[in-house]
Order: sequence, then structure tokens, then C-alpha cells
Amino acid sequence: MHRKPIALWIAAGAGYAFLYIPLVIVILYSFNNSRLNAEWVGFTLEWYDKLFHNDDMLAAAGNSLMIALTASLVSTVLGTMAGVAMYRYKLRLLPLLVLTPIAIPEILMGVSLLIFFVLVNFTLGLVSVTLAHIAFCIGFVAIVVRARLAGMDESLTEAARDCGATPWDAFRYVTLPLIMPGVIAGALMAFTLSIDDFVITFFTAGAGTVTLPLQIYSMIKIAVTPEVNAVSSLLMLLTLALIIIASRLSPSLVGAPSEGP
Amino acid sequence: MSLLEIRNVTRRFGDFTAVDRVSLSIGAGEFFTLLGPSGCGKTTLLRMIAGFDLPDEGSILLNGTDLADWPPEGRPVRTVFQSYALFPHMTVEGNVAFPLRMAKTPSAEIPAKVAAALEDVRLTGFGKRYPHELSGGQKQRVAIARALITHPTVLLLDEPLAALDAKLREDMQIELINLQKEVGITFVYVTHDQTEALALSHRIAVMNAGHVEQEDEPSRIYGSPRTRFVADFIGHCNLLSGPVVANAAGIVTLDIPGLGPVRVAAETPIAVGSRGTIALRPEKIRIAAAAPSDTLDNHCAGTVTDMLYMGDVTVYNVQTPGGEKIEALLANSASGRAKFFDVGDAVEMNWAIAAGHFIAE
Amino acid sequence: MTRKSGKLGKWLVSGPPLLYLVVFFAIPTLIMVLASFRSPGDFGGLAPLVDESGKLDLNVDSYVRFFTESVYAQVFLKSVWYALLTTLFCLALGYPLASLVARSSRKHRNLLLLLVILPFWSNFLIRIYAWMIILGPQAALARGVNGVLAYFGHEPVALLFSSFAVLVCLVYVHLPFMVLPLYANLEKHDQALLDAAQDLGAGAWQRFWRITFPLSLPGVYAGAALVFIPALGIFAIPDILGGPDDSLIGNVIKQQFLETRDWPFGSVLSIVLTVAAVVIAGLAAWVGRRNLGTPSSARNARA
Repeated sequence: MHRKPIALWIAAGAGYAFLYIPLVIVILYSFNNSRLNAEWVGFTLEWYDKLFHNDDMLAAAGNSLMIALTASLVSTVLGTMAGVAMYRYKLRLLPLLVLTPIAIPEILMGVSLLIFFVLVNFTLGLVSVTLAHIAFCIGFVAIVVRARLAGMDESLTEAARDCGATPWDAFRYVTLPLIMPGVIAGALMAFTLSIDDFVITFFTAGAGTVTLPLQIYSMIKIAVTPEVNAVSSLLMLLTLALIIIASRLSPSLVGAPSEGP
Repeated sequence: MSLLEIRNVTRRFGDFTAVDRVSLSIGAGEFFTLLGPSGCGKTTLLRMIAGFDLPDEGSILLNGTDLADWPPEGRPVRTVFQSYALFPHMTVEGNVAFPLRMAKTPSAEIPAKVAAALEDVRLTGFGKRYPHELSGGQKQRVAIARALITHPTVLLLDEPLAALDAKLREDMQIELINLQKEVGITFVYVTHDQTEALALSHRIAVMNAGHVEQEDEPSRIYGSPRTRFVADFIGHCNLLSGPVVANAAGIVTLDIPGLGPVRVAAETPIAVGSRGTIALRPEKIRIAAAAPSDTLDNHCAGTVTDMLYMGDVTVYNVQTPGGEKIEALLANSASGRAKFFDVGDAVEMNWAIAAGHFIAE
Repeated sequence: MTRKSGKLGKWLVSGPPLLYLVVFFAIPTLIMVLASFRSPGDFGGLAPLVDESGKLDLNVDSYVRFFTESVYAQVFLKSVWYALLTTLFCLALGYPLASLVARSSRKHRNLLLLLVILPFWSNFLIRIYAWMIILGPQAALARGVNGVLAYFGHEPVALLFSSFAVLVCLVYVHLPFMVLPLYANLEKHDQALLDAAQDLGAGAWQRFWRITFPLSLPGVYAGAALVFIPALGIFAIPDILGGPDDSLIGNVIKQQFLETRDWPFGSVLSIVLTVAAVVIAGLAAWVGRRNLGTPSSARNARA
């Protein structure tokens, strides 16, 4: 492409630096042999060791994992259905309900679900959090699946019907295999969103349930130790891996236009 | 009653009428073509036969049964799509076997049938390849094999050769004609290419803006166009329009502005004074430097304004003193001709009364 | 396909997600709207809908409170102001980033884009925590700044637990949301337009200001909406990084629901936030539709 001015490189470089330096510092100090996150003293794995012996942390991680697995599974199924429906049919209510949770500030969903659960006498806990996560993950999966469908050759489903396939058979044998990369990408994204969610979980977890982000939050507010750095680094690693895999399957996840099947 | 009856079918999309009260009868074993420009409704009509769309009015009957209650998967009708629509995630064998699987054919029987189908389209040995590894012509043949494997009653083809280059297209046209004769199934073919339609079909329906202008054998579509549109759409045609000045003894005389009186053989009750058009094919015009001794009934003089050498023929645009432009065509191998004509040459043209075709428009 | 099977298929596919979202999104939202008209319960939460005398207990007390006690309107305006600042800084920082990615070769583009997005996929709290470290009093940055200030005889300033920290983190967290739509728009720009302008004598800045920027406006508006709306409702950042004066509307809502437990009032605040978000989103969509980046809008920009 055309030669880009130096000023652009500098400004963009500053942007990238701005984005990454904070994260690098977190990771760096997770190996720092000092309780304070102030300056580098020496290399140690002490904090990672402490992490794996921290019962609260492990329990929180377990909760997060369970919630994320369930939420991503259910939201992938419902989100795929929504994505297919929004692509195939001209609907008005479904797109509105699917896309609004993504557009509005998270706190709104958090408080409205809090009121809802309390009013119907539903105990706040793992289940309420999972239900809440499913609600906002559906939209993301639906968008990814719909994008994948849009890139697919429309005449393939017609050809399947023409060959004697019922609408369900056509979906099962032709459409689904072709959108599967998008479905999996959506599932991975839902998993990531669920594991990372703070705001909505904050309001719907109730007193006794702790997820990883909630645990990190209380550690940040109450007693900061580099254990936080350690768990943050591990979480970042997990997320990084998942998103890289997902972006291979569906480049549109990272904003790039997706290639055809 | 014929195999496929289309009765008064209408299809509208909002304000736009795509198909307007079309009625056609297509017989068993026929190669029937829907011919027309883009947007004329031919593809919409085809999709309604396939079942991907339903008529707003009218009905489509196959062997006497109304197809309206049958979804696409229930109809004994198969389509060859313009984009071939081969399933990219299945091999050639997978694609061709798909209709059999959908019809719940016992899996033991499938490999033999697939092999036979591939042999019919001369693609034996290609079974394990994927669609993206095939050339256009090969994809074409897989699509046809997949469509024919369950022996449908009607095969629909939606501009299947449009994406192929000229030479390959001609080869495939011959293959299609032979294939149709072999399997004996009714083909309903959609195209905008009139030479293709003339070459392949037993009968053609020329469509324009949602309705059928003429439904006939190719030779009559070409030689006896019923409307100006058909005359103009098929091949090259001079359309000489003017008021009728005489109509007697099977000969109609029109007064063509810029040309004068032109006579055409026609049995028609048209009244003197009404408008009419003579459709005159360029190849029916004799053109010479001077009027020959055996001048035919219609003749006029003119000057060559353009000359197009096409290899096998040469096309001349001639302008009469009155300003009318006429296109004439001469085969370059015509014996007895001394030379080509250059731009600016004065020439004499003449043609028989029976050479033109009268259209009452 | 027959008319009948089409209808059934539509409901089978759209039904379950629709049902789920009606139950777990639409209904809670409606309940919240209703809650804003109810009275707070004796021990927090909501008072019963039907009181002892059998009457429906609905009132607009909470709304009156919002509009009369000016402190809440002030907090709301402060949130709007912070969100606006965040949007502007994100635009200033994000435009060069988006530009660079859009003008890169196809090969590099995906990688560069991925690099912009990756931080977004890291945990939200981690990103806030990172700034706690950087702006902490013991960290290099604070010591450096305060060292310079001390040289000039100034009192040391705290970088952390301040509006500065809140703003920096707001920008940090929302930057990818600005970059993506901008990139999506810039990517479609036809280089030929800029070449033609250069041919006609336009310098680099003129080419940017009169052609690139106007054509990118739809992307700018989309990015602005994607930053402004979430930023408006943020509470975790002021909660962790902010000082006592940095409470935003999100913090007040959290406080009302979890500490003060005046749920009707909390609902009113939430509804005000929702209305603001919807208005902004609608505005962005309307402006985006009007200004579709066609050559005519470039002509208008030059006029």
C-alpha cells in the first residue's frame, strides 16, 4: 500500500504502547520478588505457588469455570438459533431483544435481574449468575453466526431442499457444517465473556457465591498482593489462547472481514 | 393434458409484477426453454416450478396434480443451479449421493448408483475430489449428475452455462442435447442467450416483463416473430414500421418513412391506415453494386455507412436517401461475388416479398 | 416451500431464544420500570405492591426526588462529561491506530487488528488493576512526576484515586471500541480519491481534513456511540481507582441497590441512564444514516 507518514507510525505506535504496557507490567510484576508492585526486585514464582494453595481462589476459579461452561453451551445453542432466525426471517422483536443487552451499559442488566430474581424469590447463587450470563451471551453468538450465514452461498440450502432434504435435514447436513466454525467461535467468545464478566455477576451473585472476577475485585479492594498479578496473568493467557483460536475460525470476531467457507 | 401445466400464474413482489398471468404447456420429453432478458420473470417462474416460491395467483400442475402443496423436497423436480451449488464440504461422491440419502435409499445400493451417475456425465474417477478442485465444466457435470440421480420427472436448468467460456459452452450445449435425448426427461431451461435457446430447444417461450411474447418452435420464433420484441430480441432484425397503405390478395403494403412502399406476404385482416411492422432479417437482403436483372419485388438504393467484417460474414449498414438505416448481411463465401463493399459505396438492395414477416404492431 | 411449513419453521427456530430473552431480559426490564413507581421496603428492597389496606402502592416519589435533589442531576451530568471526555480522547488516540491498520497491506492487517483487540479480551478488572500499579504512589511514574513537581516547589500530587486515574482508565478500557468501527469504515476508503486530490494540489493535512475525515464520519459516530454508552454506565473504574469525589451515576446506582437498598430510587436512576443511552444510540444511528459517506457528503464537507 502507499507509504504511510512517520507521524502516523508514531501516533499509532503510541496507541499500541498505551494498550500493552499496562498488561505487560501486570505480568512482569507477577514474577516480582516483592510484595509491592513498585519496582523490580528479583524473579520468583512465589505468587503463583501461593495462588494454587489459595482455597478461596481455587473455589472461585471452579465456580467461574462451571458457570462459563454451562453459560457458553446454552447461549451457543440459543444464539445459533437466534442468528439463523434473524438471517432467514424478517423479524423485529427478536433482533431487538438479542442486540439490546449488548448495546446498553451492563449495570442496567445487572440491577434489573437482581430485582427480578428477588421478586420471584429465586435464591441468588451460581444458577442466577449462569442465567444472567446466558442472557447477554446470546447476542454475541447470534451476531457471529449471522455474519457467518451472510457469507455463505444462499443457493446451497435451496440445492439441499431441491435434492429432497427437509428444512431440518438441509440445516443439519449443509448449513450447520458450513457455519460450524462460526458457531464454535461464538461458543469460545461466550466462554470468555462469561469467565471475565464482572458487572452483571456482581449484582446477581448474592452473598455466598464468588467467581474469579469477584475474587479479584475483593482482593484489589481489600488486600493487594502480587497474587492478583499471578491470577491475572493466567487468566490473560487463557483468554488469549481462546480468542486466537476463535479468530482463526471466524476472522470477523476481530473486526476483519470473514472469508468464505 | 401435458406433463407440466402452468396456468395463469402471477407473482408479485410489492408493486412489481415479476410474472404476469403466464400459461404454458410443456410436454413429456421436451427440451423447453424460457428465453428473455434479465428481469423478464423467467427465473422467478422456474423457481416456482421448483418450489422455492409460490404463485400469488394461478397454479402449476405436474401430471395433473397441483404442486402448491408440495415443498421443494417433495417434488419430483430437480434443479441445476447457475452457480452449480455444490456442497463444498462434501466430495463429488458425497454431493451426487446426497439425493439418494435424502430419499432413504439403502446405503448398500448407493455406491453403485453414484458410480453409474458419474459415468453418465463422464466423470468416472472424480468421486473423491472436492468441488473446489474441479473446473467449471466439471462442476457443471457434477451438478447435473446430482440432479438426475433420482430420475426426476422434470429437470430445471437455470442458465447453467452462463459462467463458462465460449468454446466450453458450445461443447456443453452439444452434451446437453445428447443427454436429454438419452435420459428422455423433460428439460425446462432458462437462458438469456438466444443463440443457445435456438440451438438446444424443441420449443421456446420468449418472455418479456413478466409475460410470454411468443411460444413456438425455434424456426418459427426466428422466422415468424409475433411481436416487435421477439423480432428484435432474437438475432439481428430490421424493423420497418409504417402505416398500411394496401392489403389485398395476401400482400400487405406498408409505407415506410425514408424508404417508400414495401410489400410483404401476409394473411391478415389488418385495416388500411393501421400501423404495422415488417421484420426483415439481414441475411435475406441481396446487396449488389447495381440492380441485378432479376431484381426481387422490394428494392431500394443506398450508401454503405458501416462495414463489419466478422470472419464468416460481413455486416453492412446501409442508409437510404430517405434516411432509413438497413442492416444487410452477406456470407463471405458467397460464390459469384466480386468484392466487398466499402464505406461510402453506393449499393442496390433487394429482397423478396416472402422474405419479411409482418407484425401487426 | 408451502406457506404452512414456513411459518412453523420460523417459530421453532426463533421461539426458544425469544422466550429466554423475554423472561430474562424484557420482563426484568419492565419490572424495573414498575419498581421505579413503587415505595422502598422497610428493610430495603421494595415495599409490597398492594399495601395493608388493599390499595395499589404506586407513586412518583422517587422521580420527584431525582428531579428535586440536585446532587443526583449533578452526578449524572458529571457522568456525561466523563463519557464525553473519554470519547474524545479515544477518538484522538484511536484514529491513528485505525488509520495505520486500514492502510497496511492485507497480510499485516489481520495481525495488527488482532493486536488492537486482544487487550479488550483480557479481564476488565485486570485492566483497571494494571493502572493501579502504574499510577501507584510507589511506582516510577508517580515518583517521576512528583520529583519534577518537587523541583518546582509544588506539593506532590496523587495520580491514583483521582479523576485523572478514572479518565485514563476509561480511555484505556474503551479504546478498542473506537478503533474497530473506525477501521471498518477507513478500510473501505478508495485510495483513488486521495490520489485525485493530491493530483489537484491538496496537501496531506488538507487531504485528511477535507476527504478522509468527512468520509469516515459514519465510523466516527459508530465508535463514539460504542464508547459513550458503556462509559456512561461504568462503576467499577471509579469504585477502584477514583477518589471520593469521583462517583459517577453507575456508582450511585450500585450504592442504592446494594448499600442504601432504596430500590425504587435506584430504578429511577437506572431508567434515566437507559433513556440517555437509548437517545444517544438513536442519535448515532440517525446521524449515521444521514451521512453515509457518499461522495456527496465529501462535496458538502468542502463547501
